[in-house]
Amino acid sequence: MIRAWFLRIVLGDAQADRIVPPSGHTALLTLFASGAMAFLAVFALALSVASTRLSDRWATELAGSATLRIAGQGDARAEQTARALEILSQTPGIARARALSEEEQTALLAPWFGAGLPVETLPLPQLVEIIADDPPYDLTGLRLRLEAEVPDAVLDDHGRWREPLVAAAGSLWRVGMLSLLLIGGTMAAMITLAAYAALSANAQVISVLRLVGAQDTYIAGAFVRRFTLRALFGAILGTALGVGVLLLMPSAGPVDSVLSGLGFSGAGWLWLLVIPILAAAVAMFATMAAARARLRSLS
Amino acid sequence: MIELENVAYSYGDGELLADVSVVLAPGSFHFLTGPSGAGKTTILNLCTGILSPTSGRARAFGADFAALDRDDMALIRRRIGIVHQDCRFLDHLSVAENIALPLTVAGRGREAQHGQDLQELMAWCGLTDRANARPPELSGGERQRAALARAVIMSPDVILADEPTGNVDWEMSQRLLTLLVQLNQMGKTILIATHDLNLIRAAKSQIQTRVLRIAGRRLQLAGAAL
Repeated sequence: MIRAWFLRIVLGDAQADRIVPPSGHTALLTLFASGAMAFLAVFALALSVASTRLSDRWATELAGSATLRIAGQGDARAEQTARALEILSQTPGIARARALSEEEQTALLAPWFGAGLPVETLPLPQLVEIIADDPPYDLTGLRLRLEAEVPDAVLDDHGRWREPLVAAAGSLWRVGMLSLLLIGGTMAAMITLAAYAALSANAQVISVLRLVGAQDTYIAGAFVRRFTLRALFGAILGTALGVGVLLLMPSAGPVDSVLSGLGFSGAGWLWLLVIPILAAAVAMFATMAAARARLRSLS
Repeated sequence: MIELENVAYSYGDGELLADVSVVLAPGSFHFLTGPSGAGKTTILNLCTGILSPTSGRARAFGADFAALDRDDMALIRRRIGIVHQDCRFLDHLSVAENIALPLTVAGRGREAQHGQDLQELMAWCGLTDRANARPPELSGGERQRAALARAVIMSPDVILADEPTGNVDWEMSQRLLTLLVQLNQMGKTILIATHDLNLIRAAKSQIQTRVLRIAGRRLQLAGAAL
């Protein structure tokens, strides 16, 4: 019975659709509410997808690398660097390790101090980039060996940077999901009110339908189908508008951040198809609940 | 077929009907009469389950209305054709769509659109030319005939009519009565609430009828004075 009812909602019944007179204000309210909520949902979803993408990237890229910082000056630093590179080359789980040149270190500082920095006049440490293999090296063991044999070296596995960034991205994802829930809830509330208003405005129609033997499922179905289709249409419009705005947002090029990376890539665009479908589902269940309550009170 | 047993009905503090008992046997033709406000419409509504008795029992086709849910009640109503005094149409639908409404809500939409029965029924009621009109465009007599057509399209076992001739002239009331008599001759059970004694006399001259009168909140069988 539920399957038959669901099929009737999806496939429609031209005559059943006509038994409820068209009502302008509730139609517009449903269209506007679902369109606006779908528009907002596009950005909430984009935020969630972008934060997940960034979190994954930060987690994988930073987790696969470490930096060895060797303090000191002159020959002593060069000796410790050579010793450290030797140790790293012997350590299982390290794909490669190399000391950064002066030019590379200058380039790293350029965003803060500008180009043409006289690196040789500053007491800068020597940086050694370490790329982990799969399976990775034993961090604790390497750290203990370096402490013993290269006393001026400090091993940074980027955990101090990576963990807060991944945690922040996770929080953004949760905020995005919470926003989607709130958007869905708000839409359900607005459509429930619109459906309730439409049912109340059509109390006479419902009375006549009952007089001629209409069951509540039939009466509710006529309203549910109408509101579901309106919400679906409004959500498609709202989603299309949201996608248009997303595409028009300026790109920050290779710089990776939440704001510049707000959007979808590849198969991620398919997530947008979920919005109109969810909007229609929310409208269907909200109208069903409203119809059930209103028809009970009208009996 | 329809039975009220010791039924009472109250609006607020005032009791309108008390100890009403009546049985509408299959194929019978009853008139229900009484002064305005006596409770004729209330009895019809009790017979269809639109109203629930304050006390006593109302049954149709062996089912106690008190034990039925709304969907079961709807199925019972498909077996009872109802003609209200104000007809109660859906004004945004055409006359043909209104007449076919019981078929539509029963999931027999194809019959409602293309059925031969609908065409024949409209011809029987003299409404063929008005099929595409909207209900507000109909005259009083046309509205009553359309309401009667809607009431009988499902070929119900019982037809209840509330002042079906209340808003029409004598000629039209005779025409409506003829339609109801023809339905009774087809085996349908008829109950007509009316205060039109001439209509009752006209019916009595054609078929055997029983006349019930509401007096002092109770239902009585009316005598030969009618």
